[in-house]
Amino acid sequence: MAITHGWIARLGAIVNQNGPWGGSGKGDGGKEPGGDPSSGGPSPNPWTQPPGGGKRGPQRGPSFIDELTRSLRGGKFPGSDGGINWRYVIGGFALLWVAFTSVHRVGPQEEGVVTRFGRYAGKLGSGVGFTMPAPIDRVQKVDVREIRTIDIPKGQAENLILTADQNIVDLDYTVRWSRRNAELFLFQLADPDNPDDMISQVAESAMREVVSTVSLNDAIGSGRGDIETRVQLRMQALLDKYRTGVSIQGVAIQRADPPSSVNDAFKRVTAAQQTAQTYVNQANAYAQQISAKAQGEATSFDKVYAQYKLAPGVTRRRMYYETMEGVLAKADKTIVDAPGVMPYLPLPEVRKRQVIVEGDQ
Amino acid sequence: MSYDSPSLVSRYLSNPVSLAISAVGLLVLGAMTISVASETRQGVVLRLGQPVRIINRFHPKEDIGNSGAGLVASIPFIEQIVWIDKRVKDIEMKRQQVLSTDQLRLNVDAFARFRITDPLRMIRTAKTEQRVADALRPNLGSALRNELGQRPFAALLSPERGQVMENIRKRLNLVARQYGAEIVDVRIKRADLPDGATLQSAYERMRSAREQEALTIQAQGAQKAQIIRAEADAKAAEIYAASFGKDPEFYEFYRAMQSYRYTFGTDGTTPAGSSSLIIGTNNDYFRKFKEGGQ
Repeated sequence: MAITHGWIARLGAIVNQNGPWGGSGKGDGGKEPGGDPSSGGPSPNPWTQPPGGGKRGPQRGPSFIDELTRSLRGGKFPGSDGGINWRYVIGGFALLWVAFTSVHRVGPQEEGVVTRFGRYAGKLGSGVGFTMPAPIDRVQKVDVREIRTIDIPKGQAENLILTADQNIVDLDYTVRWSRRNAELFLFQLADPDNPDDMISQVAESAMREVVSTVSLNDAIGSGRGDIETRVQLRMQALLDKYRTGVSIQGVAIQRADPPSSVNDAFKRVTAAQQTAQTYVNQANAYAQQISAKAQGEATSFDKVYAQYKLAPGVTRRRMYYETMEGVLAKADKTIVDAPGVMPYLPLPEVRKRQVIVEGDQ
Repeated sequence: MSYDSPSLVSRYLSNPVSLAISAVGLLVLGAMTISVASETRQGVVLRLGQPVRIINRFHPKEDIGNSGAGLVASIPFIEQIVWIDKRVKDIEMKRQQVLSTDQLRLNVDAFARFRITDPLRMIRTAKTEQRVADALRPNLGSALRNELGQRPFAALLSPERGQVMENIRKRLNLVARQYGAEIVDVRIKRADLPDGATLQSAYERMRSAREQEALTIQAQGAQKAQIIRAEADAKAAEIYAASFGKDPEFYEFYRAMQSYRYTFGTDGTTPAGSSSLIIGTNNDYFRKFKEGGQ
């Protein structure tokens, strides 16, 4: 009887000590399902351990129980009735412990990485998964769907990069990334909790490399899409080389400008482009006008000429007289009949005289 | 004594306190014997300070789950395990000024990534990973300066194009190997012109280049416009010639009539100035006037 009891006490001690292995590991990360039973220091079973027991707690745990039992039954050790209750209690907790630490709920966007005594032992897909209980197996859940973004540069600072033609461009861009491979992400990345620094380091390096092969005009103009694609591929290649399990979803250039101190000169180029376009537009308008005029005149001549061909003499005289009629009808006329009689004709006087003549009539 | 000893055993066995103490003692001993080697660590076992074996050592070909990670045993009190990170770590170099062969300056930020491949050597030479990084950092700077300083400025802008980065990596790797480390990659994060005169003259160059571009664009626009006008004129002349060339003599007459109408304002337009005519009667128009019905 006594031996059996000791066994249970020892089992309790094993169970609630959270394993010497857990203790010597790197502190159980707090990622266990349910959180409560195994999260680091405090015992999951408060009855077996006095408060503030620490790591050496279980040593005193059973003795505390036993003292309690003894005192309850007047120093006599485990009898038939009372002791069994304690066994049930401890056994119940052990069962609960197993239930809590071997059943894992993995969210739809997550993957659970299982380690058995520290060694990678497979993955749990989304849904409910089963593993060995806590000190043996651990499950770390990694969100493998969420797309996160990093802005470079942080804040409003200028991010100046040299281009291939030794000009300088001010670039703002965003990197979108996700975790593709949960176990690589956990085991290969030096700091899985804070990968942003590493990723932005790689992004800056890749961006500098790509921009240094394009001209300034490409960087601020038509080449942006191409730069984005090349940086994305370069980053992915580097991150794969480091085996980080990170996937680059995209690189987006938010702003690509010349540095602010030379921006005015760039605006003058834009203005010159507008002016040049104005010149061309004006010339095109002139060309339209001239061409329409030529076509109109040519067509009307052709029409008249067709008629003229039918009766040249008559048409000619008719045209002459019609024109003369029109011309002479509108003008002031002085007809001088006698040849050679044109003694003095001061031109400015002509007009006045006409007025007088008209007045006389 | 013979009377006492069985009762001692039975007393020991029946005393839960002593049982518990020995159980815990066993556990503690077990904990000291057995350790967990996780996927991210490799360990060197020291027996009384003397390295005897390596646990979960890094191999370039091995995969996660196939490594030496798991439970490992060591002799308590006598053996001690020193844990070393297996993962790739980085060293960031402080900004260095590099002088190119054509005497231009460039500020360079670089980083290197390394991992410990020979933990035993690392323990002997550097003790901790931090000290490996500290030892490599100045070497990264000097390797970078030496390699980049042999090149013209234009080559510094994109050193990835040539062997430059690989040369730096090799140089640094020679040092790293002494510490049991391997340089995975060396990369330039930023390469900037130094503030002050260099940067200002670069800006000035950009500015004047833009001004030149602006003038060129404007002149090109003017040129294009002129060509468009000339082409239009030529096209019009062609149309005229094709039409009027059919009968030059009639065209002259037709055009003269048109011209009279325009000049004297009888074609609907209003030319400036009024007209006064002094006409002799021997004008062709007055022929019938003079002939008097003959």
